[in-house]
Amino acid sequence: MKTNSQSVALFIPCYVDQFYPQVGIATLELLEKLGCQVTYPSGQTCCGQPLANAGYARETVGTARHFIETFNDFDYVVCPSGSCTLHVKEHFPAIAGLEKEQEDLEHKIYELTEFITDILKIERLEGKFPHRVSFHSSCHGQRGLHLSSGSELNQPPYNKARKLLENLEGLEWVELSRTDECCGFGGTFAVTEEALSIQMGKDRLADHLEHKTEILTGGDMSCIMHLQGIATRSKQELKFLHLAEILNQALL
Amino acid sequence: MTHPENAAEFLKDSQKAKWHDETLWFVRDKRDKVSKGIPEWEQLRQLASGIKDNVLANLADYLEEFERNATKNGIIVHWAADSEEHNRLVLEILQKQNCSAVVKSKSILTEECHLNPYLEKHGVEVVDTDLGERIVQFLNQPPSHIVLPAIHLKKGEISELFHEKLHTEKGNEDPAYLTQAARVHLREKFFAAKVAITGVNFGIAETGEFIVCTNEGNADMGVHLAQVHIACMGIEKILPRRKDLGVFLRLLARSATGQPITNYNSHFRSPSPGKEIHLILVDNGRTAQLAREKFRNSLKCIRCGACMNTCPIYRRSGGFSYNSTVPGPIGSILSPGLDLKKHSSLPFASTLCGSCTDVCPVKINIHEQLYEWRQEVTKTQGEFAKGLAMKLANGIFKSPLAYKISGNLMRNALKSLPNSLIYHPLNSWGKNRNLPDAPKESFQQWYRKNRS
Repeated sequence: MKTNSQSVALFIPCYVDQFYPQVGIATLELLEKLGCQVTYPSGQTCCGQPLANAGYARETVGTARHFIETFNDFDYVVCPSGSCTLHVKEHFPAIAGLEKEQEDLEHKIYELTEFITDILKIERLEGKFPHRVSFHSSCHGQRGLHLSSGSELNQPPYNKARKLLENLEGLEWVELSRTDECCGFGGTFAVTEEALSIQMGKDRLADHLEHKTEILTGGDMSCIMHLQGIATRSKQELKFLHLAEILNQALL
Repeated sequence: MTHPENAAEFLKDSQKAKWHDETLWFVRDKRDKVSKGIPEWEQLRQLASGIKDNVLANLADYLEEFERNATKNGIIVHWAADSEEHNRLVLEILQKQNCSAVVKSKSILTEECHLNPYLEKHGVEVVDTDLGERIVQFLNQPPSHIVLPAIHLKKGEISELFHEKLHTEKGNEDPAYLTQAARVHLREKFFAAKVAITGVNFGIAETGEFIVCTNEGNADMGVHLAQVHIACMGIEKILPRRKDLGVFLRLLARSATGQPITNYNSHFRSPSPGKEIHLILVDNGRTAQLAREKFRNSLKCIRCGACMNTCPIYRRSGGFSYNSTVPGPIGSILSPGLDLKKHSSLPFASTLCGSCTDVCPVKINIHEQLYEWRQEVTKTQGEFAKGLAMKLANGIFKSPLAYKISGNLMRNALKSLPNSLIYHPLNSWGKNRNLPDAPKESFQQWYRKNRS
């Protein structure tokens, strides 16, 4: 892609905007370092996923229309969340009068890692990050957007995030026992099925801790917010960073 | 009780919950290994899904073809619109035979129809002959898993139960010893039964035969010793041709237990001289599900149980938490079609992680159907949906910062909710989890300062 001539819009999920501005900043700076012309359309709001997954997809028509209009004039939309990206691609309600724009959007929106590997066609990133890092594979990114191979499927193994991280100088990739089990966040599930959500989170954390991880990373701050929330409550020594933060720090 | 309440209860015994999770994960892992031993695994799944598409699109024709051919073979075919009719038909056959004791091999359909209590009420003793099913029957429990009915019990509990029921040595937990005791006990029942009931895994339209798959050979033992065989079959179990069977037998056991094939795959085509085979074709809500376009694919299910073994919720909440004959992800998309109000919490007993869809040997889009059932549940405004709306509002509106997140969207969508719900004092996010520290500015504010 000729990065200078094509416009990239940054879609920052609502909870990242409010709770994790550093992840938004890292995503923006990283894309700029990689040569992209990046704009953050300021009128953007939430994609509507929390409501839709709670069974109120019919209430998200206004949000979806606003989203499509906000991002209509850009060549690409890039988002540091697999879950929100998948929602826009697969779960937006059909918006009357914007059929073409909606279809275009579904094809031009990318999660950050797949944008780097599939659109920017970057195979290796040169940088330094001397830490023991484990990766939480978020379900929507993995099984929905196919960012990595699934343990359920009979397919050759691949992992787009690993490809970018593993090449960083000094980075030690931690192998987990259960490579892609859900962390139990699940949006509203985290509050409606609180007991299960917590147990699933604890079990995931235990896998990372048993393998002596130093930094837990991933492509979705929602899962990380849940895991970090449990880890802080139980006073566990574990650092959490979004993948964009690692890549941005590593690429000086 | 709703699923969240049952799950919380299950998790109270944390040791046992951990064991339950690890035991089922072991089965899932076995399934992964054996399925990866077949290079064409994904093609097989695709093929199986395609064959089932064809079956569901032409179900009426295949059923009539099946009935014609089965009848030609000497099988007596009955039709049951619902569970009541199914149970009545079984009882009528038993009464005609003056039979007051039957043996039954595993059949989820008869569980679905609650056949056992019905027959017992009419003075018939029913003995489940699958080992796991016999165990739960001793305890007056339903199966907690469709393939592994007693998976919620540890061997110590079974040892105690057998000591009480079969007079085995107290404290002897040796699985071989306990199994032998069950064999001796069941053998008596097999010899005494004039009628044997089985389920059906596959019915072949082309030949009028049906196939029953077991690991223990208990279906065969029962059928061959009895005068009359009653086979109970859901109408969606049809396959067009005998050659289609190869696809499904290769998928079934690998998905279910990680075995290459079930130990006994018995074909029943015509009764032995002087004996009878009755086949009852049961609808019980299946044509209604067939008419629901978004949920039709759920009828492809071959009852392998792989979605239960992989489900991180099922593994940590147990089969009973679902309060439905078929538990787990597939049950959560089948059961709302039977009784939406009763099962309204089930489509929410999922993180929509999608693992169920990826293990499913017939490629049912289970997690997408869970999402669609959620949309249906909230339309009917069932009790669970109201509770959910409250919790949702509560989770989001609890902190002023979280409130800002929701922006116009949440305000518009939830504007009908009264403030007393929105500002409910209970905050289930924070019970066992911290909220992130509030940063001094949002990304949007940072961007305005630094980039515009």
